[in-house]
Amino acid sequence: MKRNPACAIEYVQYLNEKGELTQPIPKWAEQSNLLLRYYREMVMARHADQKAISLQRTGKLGTYPSILGQEAINVVIGSVLNKDDVFVPYYRDHTAMVMRGMKQADVYRYWGGDERGSANPDVGKDLPYCVPIATQVSHATGVAAAIKIRGEQRAVLCTCGDGATSKGDFLEAINLAGVWQLPVVFLINNNQWAISVPRTIQCGAPTLAQKGIGAGIPALQVDGNDVIALHEIVSEALQRARLHKGATVIEAISYRLGDHTTADDATRYRTNEELRDAWQREPIKRLQHYLHQRGDWDESKEQRLQAQAADQVQQAVDEYLQTPQQSINDLFLYHYEELPAGLAEQLSEADMANQLQEKAGQRG
Amino acid sequence: MTEQNRITLVEAVNQALHYAMSKDENVVVLGEDVAVNGGVFRATVGLRERFGIKRVMDTPLAEALIAGVSIGMASQGLKPVAEIQFLGFIYAAMEQLVSHAARMRNRTRGRITCPMVVRVPFGGGIHAPEHHSESTEALFAHIPGLRVVIPSSPRRAYGLLLSAVENPDPIIFMEPKRIYRATKQAVPDDGKSLPLDTCFTLRQGTDVTLVSWGASILETMQAAKRLAERDISAEVIDVACIKPLDIDTILYSVKKTGRCVVIHEAARSFGVGAEIVAQLHEQAFFDLLAPVKRVTGYDVTMPYYQMEKHYIPTTERIISAVEQSMEQA
Ligand SMILES: Cc1ncc(C[n+]2csc(CCOP(=O)(O)OP(=O)(O)O)c2C)c(N)n1
Ligand SMILES: [Mg+2]
Repeated sequence: MKRNPACAIEYVQYLNEKGELTQPIPKWAEQSNLLLRYYREMVMARHADQKAISLQRTGKLGTYPSILGQEAINVVIGSVLNKDDVFVPYYRDHTAMVMRGMKQADVYRYWGGDERGSANPDVGKDLPYCVPIATQVSHATGVAAAIKIRGEQRAVLCTCGDGATSKGDFLEAINLAGVWQLPVVFLINNNQWAISVPRTIQCGAPTLAQKGIGAGIPALQVDGNDVIALHEIVSEALQRARLHKGATVIEAISYRLGDHTTADDATRYRTNEELRDAWQREPIKRLQHYLHQRGDWDESKEQRLQAQAADQVQQAVDEYLQTPQQSINDLFLYHYEELPAGLAEQLSEADMANQLQEKAGQRG
Repeated sequence: MTEQNRITLVEAVNQALHYAMSKDENVVVLGEDVAVNGGVFRATVGLRERFGIKRVMDTPLAEALIAGVSIGMASQGLKPVAEIQFLGFIYAAMEQLVSHAARMRNRTRGRITCPMVVRVPFGGGIHAPEHHSESTEALFAHIPGLRVVIPSSPRRAYGLLLSAVENPDPIIFMEPKRIYRATKQAVPDDGKSLPLDTCFTLRQGTDVTLVSWGASILETMQAAKRLAERDISAEVIDVACIKPLDIDTILYSVKKTGRCVVIHEAARSFGVGAEIVAQLHEQAFFDLLAPVKRVTGYDVTMPYYQMEKHYIPTTERIISAVEQSMEQA
């Protein structure tokens, strides 16, 4: 019997859940600066995330998908991409997007029901949030094709969830990336759940990474709660892409510690034991342990960071809450380069309706 | 009936599903989060516990798959009731619905049919994220071979869904989620279905006919009440069965009132309202005292929730359109 060696899926980890190294540390991580940055960004991410949830609870934000437990994936993406690379996110990438140039206030604007959250020019040609599952994956392949056609040395990074890998869109997109040898990295945030649907009934294969093999793309799993492993694997894949050595599929094993969104109640479908267990593996504590051990972190630094994070997030909230209302014009002006005559008429109609409404409001 | 028997629209959907599944073992339910979680709106709650995992299935996340698998099941005589979680996510299933579900009967000259229902919540007004609030019923109504049904009250949800499940053809059953829990009605669980080929006249009137469906029925009824205070008598018709369209009920009314305003949340151009207006023009032109008017969403992308109040037709806009109509002739 012959065996095809390409079918084995590697699993990469450096820092286990206790914050211990499981293999020799990579050179870059011997220095403290980047690891400390990762730690700070993750703490910041958690603050910003918790704030979003409380804004939602008090009616100041719409339905919001928390990144709780997925901070490591977010901060590594935010750091390993070059400015001229392109990030094609899904909707659980807030901090990665903020590190790419979006403002935290923009994150709140978007989930607060305001289109301007996606308008900040500082993110360059990164694509906006993508809500229809897996539809962004072919965009990433297209961005990568554009880069290849122009012969540039840039890479694309695309995220999606475990559920997203069940859609044709995902498989079609990675297939083409394999055929055309495109400079793109597909990063699956396997947080074990797609709303109430567990990973086990999403796909019958033991790993999601192996879908990459079917597309002829190198594929592997990485501990998605381990910033060192993530950094190693994702930056290497991006470097391969920039050098036109083709695409990579990375399955990052994480866990969605929160509800799917603020509209969800995960106690309906998952056990407390599972959740408690997952908290043992979350990304922030293990890095903190490790940095402590190395003598890079202590209680007073922690206190300062917590205060700083709370402060910074509060500034973003203030900025968000002071956002002026959009005007009726904004509903109409951005559909075509020029406003068609018929639509202009509807715009005046909408303006009049608005005045009518305001009058009715005053009377009422 | 006591207060306890009064249920919401989404509970009526649930009650109808329970009834249909208990009466016919060919009825199966599938979709994302429908089994263990009971649906993100709880429309399918309790079905898995009662009818088991063989008949109530959580699928992988794939809408094209859900539609295609339903077609396959239906071709063998099962009666799948599939849920697409939000209308904004149905488009991947479009090829299956348009190229197969809608055509199977015709292309096999009746040898194979698709007795399936696709339930799908739609419409704005619940502060949902992007892509969760659209009203694109016209896309489906345009397709020969599909039926499109939109209930706007608990009783109609129950009766129409039962008919939809019994019906031998593919049906897009669109549930206006803004009014999922807006009102309660007594809905006896008696298995009485409602016809799929008639409009429902909700209020009699003599001066103007207001035609609407879905959540906009709420503002339309409010407008009719406010108009009555000013001695304008409005008849209100809930189209409910969008396709095939019961134009006769609308014609009958408009011939009586001479005036008509069509109200819908969907964008204005090329929509279901346009079809109704065209048919009125063809068949009631000489009975009209004023041009038929439309009060609709604008031809813009459904705004995110901050601005959706400027998009969804308001009672004031409906009243203003009626006033304009009354001023003419
Ligand atoms: C095409 C499509 N279908 C359904 C939905 C509704 N929905 C939103 S998130 C989600 C689950 C996604 O799970 P996964 O891909 O694992 O990502 P996660 O949310 O867990 O990060 C579903 C079904 C959607 N947004 N798009
Ligand atoms: Mg997931």
